[in-house]
Amino acid sequence: MIMSIASGKGGTGKTTVATNLAVSLEVDVQLLDCDVEEPNAQLFIQAAIEGVRTITTPVPKVDMDKCSLCGKCGEICQFKAIVVLRDIVLPFPELCHSCGGCVAVCPEKAITETGRELGVIEWGHRDGLEFVHGRLRVGEAMSPPLIRKVREFTRPGALTIIDAPPGTSCPVIASMKGADFVLLVTEPTPFGLHDLKLAVGAVKILGIPCGLVINRADMGDDKVWAYADKENIPILMEIPFDRRIAEAYSRGEMLVEAIPEWRQRFKDLYNRIIPVVARKEQPR
Amino acid sequence: MKELVVISGKGGTGKTSLVAAFASLAQNKVLCDADVDAADLHLIMDPQIREQHEFESGHTAIIDLDACTECGLCRELCRWNAISEAFVVDPIACEGCGICYHLCPARAVEFPVDTCGKWFISDTRFGPMAHASLGIAEENSGKLVTLIRQEGRKLVEQQNADLLLTDGPPGIGCPVIASIGGAAAVLIVAEPTVSGRHDMERVAELAAFFRVPAMVCVNKFDLNPEQAEAIGAFAGRKGIAVVSRIPFDPVFTKAMVEGKTVIEYDGHSEGARAVRALWEKIKERLGIS
Repeated sequence: MIMSIASGKGGTGKTTVATNLAVSLEVDVQLLDCDVEEPNAQLFIQAAIEGVRTITTPVPKVDMDKCSLCGKCGEICQFKAIVVLRDIVLPFPELCHSCGGCVAVCPEKAITETGRELGVIEWGHRDGLEFVHGRLRVGEAMSPPLIRKVREFTRPGALTIIDAPPGTSCPVIASMKGADFVLLVTEPTPFGLHDLKLAVGAVKILGIPCGLVINRADMGDDKVWAYADKENIPILMEIPFDRRIAEAYSRGEMLVEAIPEWRQRFKDLYNRIIPVVARKEQPR
Repeated sequence: MKELVVISGKGGTGKTSLVAAFASLAQNKVLCDADVDAADLHLIMDPQIREQHEFESGHTAIIDLDACTECGLCRELCRWNAISEAFVVDPIACEGCGICYHLCPARAVEFPVDTCGKWFISDTRFGPMAHASLGIAEENSGKLVTLIRQEGRKLVEQQNADLLLTDGPPGIGCPVIASIGGAAAVLIVAEPTVSGRHDMERVAELAAFFRVPAMVCVNKFDLNPEQAEAIGAFAGRKGIAVVSRIPFDPVFTKAMVEGKTVIEYDGHSEGARAVRALWEKIKERLGIS
């Protein structure tokens, strides 16, 4: 089963839920941190890293000896990543989406592909838990291709927990598409609810069953409960605001280690998720 | 005109609450919400929409099955696995690269422009505001960010304002890169946690990469003074000024629930006083009144 943990709003507790759930379960679990812009799960998991790989994406390289300056590459490129001037063709690799259009269209076979570094992927274990994360290179704009590479580590048969980035645009979609379940983590504030509605919208577009964790459940207002009821989204866990939790988090400690009774609560959370997945229940 | 962009790396550190509070304090400014992916500033600013526009950007392929000869070339060329065996394009997987459209021998692919969101020019009780909402699951957030900042700049020129106050997105990817280029300064709102520090370091590196001067403020610093110190030490090594430390104060959440800025909700609260002091320092650094 693939379970993505998303939120819309940032800072609601995605990583807290993903990491604590991953270490609490006694099933075969892998945790993939797909928030490659700001990967935080490893700060808590502290997996022993066993491998690192630099990930690149193909971008064009032009052999001017073969180029006839026909201009077809510049015409096909939707991203202004290759520009044909009077006597030279200039690729702008940082704008390239790696579609291969310029290579395919070039009649002189003058364009080959080289790599632009997206970032790195690291993997390892913490006890029995398999851990993988991506780290986007600072200055790199495009995270979805790196997210897709992290997701290639998905092992059928395991429970794959994906820590998704905030928001609702392409990086989030890349982290949720094809999941069996999306666990949405929110906080009961106007910002939390507004962004939750956007995240639910994304889940609906993808047609994935979802459930809700309400973090800092006693701060803010009660509108998120009414919303969940109206949308038929099950509330699977509530985490109160507790300064001990906030402080343990601030030090990089796992909640289930700082306050061990939470381990059982994360197991209970998983046990409440299973029937929702089985019923393939989607929001209204 | 100076533009201040408030960013954080990590989400949920208090960017929008601070921008809203600055809106209460700053004179002669224009507001801009560049977090187009999950825009929240309007929840406090209560904008009265003056103009509304569609945001058109990018394309999605559609295959005309009557014209399609099922030769399979598009499926071979498509690197996004967006075309099914039945030659139906999955609009979510489609990158909009147009390789299928350009190379289909039967010319069976249409390639219409996408409408991926909306943008607005509004009036608020704090002055004009440029804001946007990207459609759910849409692409091109960076382009929408660029557009909305340009609209913000136009508003600044129209009313001869001194400041464009921009609420930025979380992360370090495309929308953040689009948010910070050409700004007078970025304010990085960091929280004193191992995650907050890690993310602040990455976004500070990004600001340096694009040569935008940065300042840091540590929000909820009393949650973990040790981490707050570490953030200060990092900033010191990088030549970034720590302009303020704001204490943890539930007044920020209470103000948000009421749709008010923290200055409006309780101007005498500890949180509001800290924000005032922060704003004075920012004004000094930006050289505005």
